[in-house]
Amino acid sequence: MTEALLQTRAICKSFGALEASKDVTLDLHNGEIHALIGPNGAGKSTLIAQISGALRPDSGQVIFDGQDVTALTTTERARLGLGRTFQISALPMEFTVLQNVVLGALGQRGRAFRFFRNVMRDKALLEQAEDALDQVGLAEFRNFVTAELSHGQRRQLEVAVALTLQPKAFLMDEPMAGLGAEGSHRLTGFLDGLRTRAPILLVEHDMDAVFALADRISVLVYGQIIATGTADEIKANPQVREAYLGEEDAA
Amino acid sequence: MRRETILNIAIPGILLATALIAWAMGETYIITLATRAAILALAAVGLNIALGLGGLVSFGHAAFFGVGGYAMGILAFHAQNYMPLWGVIEGTKSMPIIWLVAIVASALTALAIGAMSLRTSGVYFIMITLAFGQMLYYFAISWPTYGGDDGMSIYLRNDFPGVNTLVPLNFFLICFAILAVVMVLADRLGKSAFGLALQATRQNVARVEAVGLAPYRLRLVAFVISGAVTGLAGALFADLNRFVSPSMLSWHMSGEIMILIILGGIARLSGPVAGAMLFIALEYFLEDLSHYWHVYLGAILLGVVLFARGGVVGLILGREVAHD
Repeated sequence: MTEALLQTRAICKSFGALEASKDVTLDLHNGEIHALIGPNGAGKSTLIAQISGALRPDSGQVIFDGQDVTALTTTERARLGLGRTFQISALPMEFTVLQNVVLGALGQRGRAFRFFRNVMRDKALLEQAEDALDQVGLAEFRNFVTAELSHGQRRQLEVAVALTLQPKAFLMDEPMAGLGAEGSHRLTGFLDGLRTRAPILLVEHDMDAVFALADRISVLVYGQIIATGTADEIKANPQVREAYLGEEDAA
Repeated sequence: MRRETILNIAIPGILLATALIAWAMGETYIITLATRAAILALAAVGLNIALGLGGLVSFGHAAFFGVGGYAMGILAFHAQNYMPLWGVIEGTKSMPIIWLVAIVASALTALAIGAMSLRTSGVYFIMITLAFGQMLYYFAISWPTYGGDDGMSIYLRNDFPGVNTLVPLNFFLICFAILAVVMVLADRLGKSAFGLALQATRQNVARVEAVGLAPYRLRLVAFVISGAVTGLAGALFADLNRFVSPSMLSWHMSGEIMILIILGGIARLSGPVAGAMLFIALEYFLEDLSHYWHVYLGAILLGVVLFARGGVVGLILGREVAHD
């Protein structure tokens, strides 16, 4: 296999006596969707925070695109091409939908210190922003204030903003959360096509989506990765069945 | 035209009309009040860039107002006493030069204060900006060269090429023109790429980082621009009064500038102007009523905060959003 695009090497992180990450080694290769699953409290959010840059690991490294990014800030990692979505929508709520995606496009362009021209009339940014809205199916809501959007639409907007960044890798923290069956199904189809543009590290509770999408699945339990493999391998793994899928399934 | 655009023209228009009518009626004192409103509005337009767009609750903007005032005072002091500063700088009575110095000096002050303060947030940011402001205040009090506690008087208003600045209406028009230009620039700023990113930092810092922009740098630049505008207002304020004193640097002044914005409407372009006009009008009418007119001001402020969060402009516009 080729060199991993994104990699964590033996990451450890403790909060007092709680070991939230124990020697977590994980990688993401071009063209794949790698799902990270685990029961509540397994340390998924802590791991995501260390990959995105919000938390610094106690030991271990985060490697992105051949570079040790462990000491870099969230902003710097984003500039290198790590595009994330948030578990709880993190969107400027007073902005219109369009402003939100234009902000993403602006971040991708990286020249925010322009003080005079109306950013909402910048053709290149608008094109990039509207293209992203089209892809997630929010184009008709472009002039809505974000606070007026439904929960599901906010999830779609999260993904659209990540698209405007044209990242080298996506880091998606429960994009399906609260979407409902139909929305979840639609997003699953969309992410399926997205992997060829940039690989996705997908944290997700929706098991149907995970099994449908993931090329590989890693299972995190009590801060440790107990198994990594294809959907079939994970389904068959007795440790996983016991720890995660529930013992009644294993019986 | 959007209703807010109409207000952005109408509110300063009322100020201009007031001064012109006062001039026609020979009411010099009203012209002076209108000038004061224009200058305070300018100071608040400056603060509104940090507070309204960036959500940075600076309780130390008097520092920049005062630095601008002292920039004017010091330059004019050396010019009127024919006593060069450090034996080299002769001082000046030229407004454009004074404005430039006031802008640069207050921008540098804002850079220094902002660089440290913006490492904190929330209540700590409020307290640290207040502390820096008070530091400058006490420094000015204990600096005898420029009057210390007593402040210093400038005997003649400074000069503007081709204009007799001693005529009250002329000086008003100068201040009003600056206010108008700065408002246009502030409007552009709010709608620019920088404005979008800055407003995003106010609403969701994590998002700004996630799209690869650095919130600290955005805020620092906003703080410097904000301080520079307030500093320019300080230079004009000193020129209006022909007097500079440490009171320009005190936290009362910071509070007053902030009150103007709250009265008029936070993050609204014409909010500071409406707020300043209302403030001056209240001062004028209520002072007749009672020496303790601040009690009434306090009650009105309370009413605005409780029942009209958008201030005067917000009341008029209802729920129309503050941006395009």
